[in-house]
Amino acid sequence: MAYSFPEEVLEYVFAFLSYDKDRNAVSLVCKSWYEIERCCRRRIFIGNCYAVSPQIVIRRFPEVRAVKIKGKPHFADFNLVPEGWGAYVYPWISAMARSYPWLEEIKLKRMVVTDESLELISKSFKNFKILVLSSCEGFTTDGLASIAANCRNLRELDLGESEVEDLSGHWLSHFPDNFTSLVSLNMSCLGSEVSFSALERLVLRCPNLRTLRLNRAVPVEKLPSLLRGAPKLVEFGTGAYSAEIQTDIFSNLVEAFSGCKQLKRLSGFWDAVPAYLPAMYCVCSRITSLNLSYATVQSPDLVELISQCPNLKCLWVLDHIEDAGLKVLSSYCKDLQELRVFPSDPYGAEPNVSLTEEGLVTVSAGCPKLQSVLYFCRQMSNAALITIARNRPNLIRFRLCIIDPQAPDYLTLDPLDTGFGAIVEHCKELRRLSLSGLLTDRVFEYIGTHAKKLEMLSIAFAGDSDLGLHHVLSGCESLRKLEIMDCPFGDKALLANAAKLETMRSLWMSSCSVSYGACKLLAQKMPKLNVEVIDERGHPDLRPETCPVEKLYIYRTVSGPRVDKPDFVWTMDEDAVLRLS
Amino acid sequence: MEGYSRKDEECPQLLDLIPKEKEWFTISAQEKQTSHGSSEEKQLELRLGPPIGDWTIKNNHVSRESFDYFFPWTSSSGYQVQSQQPTTPFLQAHDQVKESSQPNYTVAEKKTFSAANTALPNSSSAQKRIAPTSVVGWPPIRSFRKNLANGNSSKPVSELQNAAGSRISGEKAIENTPQSLLVKINMDGVPIGRKVNLKEHDSYENLSSAVDELFRDLLAAQSNFSAGGIKNEEDGGKAITGLLGGRGEYTLVYEDNEGDRMLIGDVPWHMFVSSVKRLRVLKSSELPTLCRGGKTESFLETSPK
Repeated sequence: MAYSFPEEVLEYVFAFLSYDKDRNAVSLVCKSWYEIERCCRRRIFIGNCYAVSPQIVIRRFPEVRAVKIKGKPHFADFNLVPEGWGAYVYPWISAMARSYPWLEEIKLKRMVVTDESLELISKSFKNFKILVLSSCEGFTTDGLASIAANCRNLRELDLGESEVEDLSGHWLSHFPDNFTSLVSLNMSCLGSEVSFSALERLVLRCPNLRTLRLNRAVPVEKLPSLLRGAPKLVEFGTGAYSAEIQTDIFSNLVEAFSGCKQLKRLSGFWDAVPAYLPAMYCVCSRITSLNLSYATVQSPDLVELISQCPNLKCLWVLDHIEDAGLKVLSSYCKDLQELRVFPSDPYGAEPNVSLTEEGLVTVSAGCPKLQSVLYFCRQMSNAALITIARNRPNLIRFRLCIIDPQAPDYLTLDPLDTGFGAIVEHCKELRRLSLSGLLTDRVFEYIGTHAKKLEMLSIAFAGDSDLGLHHVLSGCESLRKLEIMDCPFGDKALLANAAKLETMRSLWMSSCSVSYGACKLLAQKMPKLNVEVIDERGHPDLRPETCPVEKLYIYRTVSGPRVDKPDFVWTMDEDAVLRLS
Repeated sequence: MEGYSRKDEECPQLLDLIPKEKEWFTISAQEKQTSHGSSEEKQLELRLGPPIGDWTIKNNHVSRESFDYFFPWTSSSGYQVQSQQPTTPFLQAHDQVKESSQPNYTVAEKKTFSAANTALPNSSSAQKRIAPTSVVGWPPIRSFRKNLANGNSSKPVSELQNAAGSRISGEKAIENTPQSLLVKINMDGVPIGRKVNLKEHDSYENLSSAVDELFRDLLAAQSNFSAGGIKNEEDGGKAITGLLGGRGEYTLVYEDNEGDRMLIGDVPWHMFVSSVKRLRVLKSSELPTLCRGGKTESFLETSPK
């Protein structure tokens, strides 16, 4: 076209597109748009670090300023992925260090990050600003010291729920005295004490600090000085929230909290002692997010606190809240969008608290904006699920964990198929679903029929046959991630829906019935998939082809089989398949 | 979202991966009751019968039988899928459910359920189901959330003392933080106890070698040990092997949260970690009859394979 827009104009327009989906669409319009877009894309999201190589990313997008990379499959959170499986970030850091000198932001999830990687980050990117390590592992406080020492413009350091080896609490002291740019610090996952004086000095000299999440080791009597030093805090996480009751500590705390006029989010509260909860009452009216999931206080104290938070949007809490507390929640917190109820005693044989399906039903009735639920309980009924579905068709995430595997409807002893069927039928925008309880192939039929927007599905101890898996793979059009443990799904549904797997990010199956032979066949037919067999019993060739594999992780990739596999992971590839014929 | 375009597809594109000499045999819900063992050729269709009715499951045997019908994957069987039936039969069926005697569960009526809401004991159906504590990965809880009860300061120290049989009052046999689970370990013949961080290990084998390293040198300094079960190592200390399984000269045992002494290795690793209170390395010759952890087999027997 003779009179198309100059590139600069298009670039300017594209700059308004922040969603990857939009940018991807733009890049498909024509070759010149593809070229313009790729040169001005600043943010990259890589949902599976093995789906693409650093070289391919860098080649296509030369001007990236922010990357987000995810590594291990979600079930790694529950110890299903053996140690040493992979997801090493170092190759990414090393490649980006050469090609993205202006990189500002690195966000990682479930990756192995070494001190070496952290040091390389700290020295390679002069304008580095944001480091978020969510559920990562492999580094020590020495790595943190490098970041502190070298990242002169650091704004955000968020260690998420990572596993950090605590070698020394002095890493904080490595922030130079003239370092003042910190906006957000989350060190809640650290086990040992950090140097408090270093922390205090850091807080006092960073005027833009908006998020401060301490670790358990910071005692409650030290909180007032930090809060006073950061009156503009929006998010605050306490340490252990317990001490012997002393009036001066309490009054200092009240005064300090009341000075934080912008405080909206609270977390921490390990070992919380009920007597100290009222210190927060002065900020409760502004609180939108409360994470009490480490606070083992009982229901009446929780109720007292929650009833003062009318603007609560997000609540994470232990099941100590009980049905009674959830009833109070549903009547006071009409803005509630997200609720997570964690089990205080998941391995106990008998329930230790009075939390049942009733609590969730009540919240679903009373909180019209509720869209995201994670709920651990010990009993459920189809009637309750149907009611919840009818009450809350606007649910987007629904994760229910009935602690006893294969627990039926406790009223009728039926499977919970119809209950979950109602959820997917009514909640048409549902994007994430986790199932539990006694479930037959029928529930998967419902899911395949109705859950058209479902992107992530987690299944355990459910189904009767391959038909179940087939329903899901053939019916769920938007499915991206499927994770399955301990289900009787085998070869047939997988092989028949092989093409579907290329439209998904990944499929995890552990303790199912997929045979080694089927894995090889799948890999042979689908060269753009990596079919990884994880089996700690030794090479699968030592067992018959019909023998089911322990664990299976299948993901689409443009980079071919990975080269950093441990000795208990086998990628099914051409060579493995030659023996088949 | 990644840079992949999503094709709109009405039906999934099926690859005929297996030569179509036979159709895939499948048993629908109705068929299971009528033609037991039937091998009539039937294309797979998505049955939409009433959700409740002919699908009462009393135990897991229905699912077991259906598996017997499947040929091993190596035999040639094709697989075809009919177009899905329209959803209206399902909704009609669902309406049947609504009209049926399902209790209409509203908040106002919850009082009628208060009697039924007391959690029913699981004992009657527990044998057929999988014990929640015996499976890795279940319940799906992150490790740092698991030991909250242990770390709770309200738990009386005396309970730990009695359970652990600790001779020293007030001594903490177990220290628990999000990053470490330090458990005291004593060895017969070695006066000095040590601590081991269970979160640094993910298996009994790892723990066993860690224990070996902890005590090897200390043991070498003691007198009176026989050669059975101990290999010579070049660095002067003799390796302590065979700790698991009772074959070596020493055996690793632990005391759980109920004060019972148990052999290491009987229960899955994570169940062990959540219930262990202290460890001991005993001389195998002096092993009393120990009770073995009892929850392992139910999963293996009832797992649907």
